[in-house]
Amino acid sequence: MGSREQLLNDIGIVSFVLVDLGLYLDTHPFDRNAMEYFNHYNRIKHQMVKEFSMKYYPLTMDMAESNKEWRWGAAPLPWEGACG
Amino acid sequence: MWNYEKRLQFPVNIKEPNAKLAQVIISQYGGPDGEMGASMRYLSQRYATPYREVAGLLTDIGTEELAHLEMVAAIVHQLTRNLSMEEIEKSGFAPYYTDHTVGIWPQAAGGIPFNACEFQSKGDIITDLHEDLAAEQKARSTYDNILRLIKEPDVCEPIKFLREREIVHFQRFGEALRLTQDKLDSKNFYAFNPGFDMCKDCDD
Repeated sequence: MGSREQLLNDIGIVSFVLVDLGLYLDTHPFDRNAMEYFNHYNRIKHQMVKEFSMKYYPLTMDMAESNKEWRWGAAPLPWEGACG
Repeated sequence: MWNYEKRLQFPVNIKEPNAKLAQVIISQYGGPDGEMGASMRYLSQRYATPYREVAGLLTDIGTEELAHLEMVAAIVHQLTRNLSMEEIEKSGFAPYYTDHTVGIWPQAAGGIPFNACEFQSKGDIITDLHEDLAAEQKARSTYDNILRLIKEPDVCEPIKFLREREIVHFQRFGEALRLTQDKLDSKNFYAFNPGFDMCKDCDD
């Protein structure tokens, strides 16, 4: 796995933690431990997405600031897979 | 309002095309218990609940279902990429190919097109949450059925991930039903629609 794939994979793992915690917190809105977990991983995810978007391509449109070529449109599509 | 992230919720990297598998897996795109029905069900139902946290859960699960819809499409797309005409004919893929080439179109494994009648939005959150619990179980059974048909690990792994999410969503919907029932007026003993029937009616 190259470093781009590795970082994208890590973003997937951290994002999954956040999706799952988000649903849990929807029905347990006073669980402080879960909130601490959420806050911790949310900060990490933001950092990772920013790093990925600067090094490789923007993952979200708010990371797509461009000069010569519109970076958002040139990014690979998620369904291409490894053999795309 | 939604934002898009240019990545799949779980990686899909399929090495070998297999039109036979694509034909059964497409049922989780547009079939009776598929991800299209799931996302539309929860995103449509959320307006009828008077409870913000329950509407929030329906929004978040409905949003995750859209990510699952994209994963199922990615699986079908990668399974039908670079197929030879011989493979299309031999695998029984010719009827789908005739109408859609190898594009993604919402249908059940048996060819029946997606239909909004595959889900309900009853306007009564108690009724709707019961449907949602059943829907998650039906989707889980469908993934179980698919997993009995496939052995390829690069196809199994994302399907197993999707199956696990049905179980988590079932759990969360159960909690949402409990939250809803806890909020009912104690006079609303028969659990009339809390988003429509006025509390005064319960006194009669």
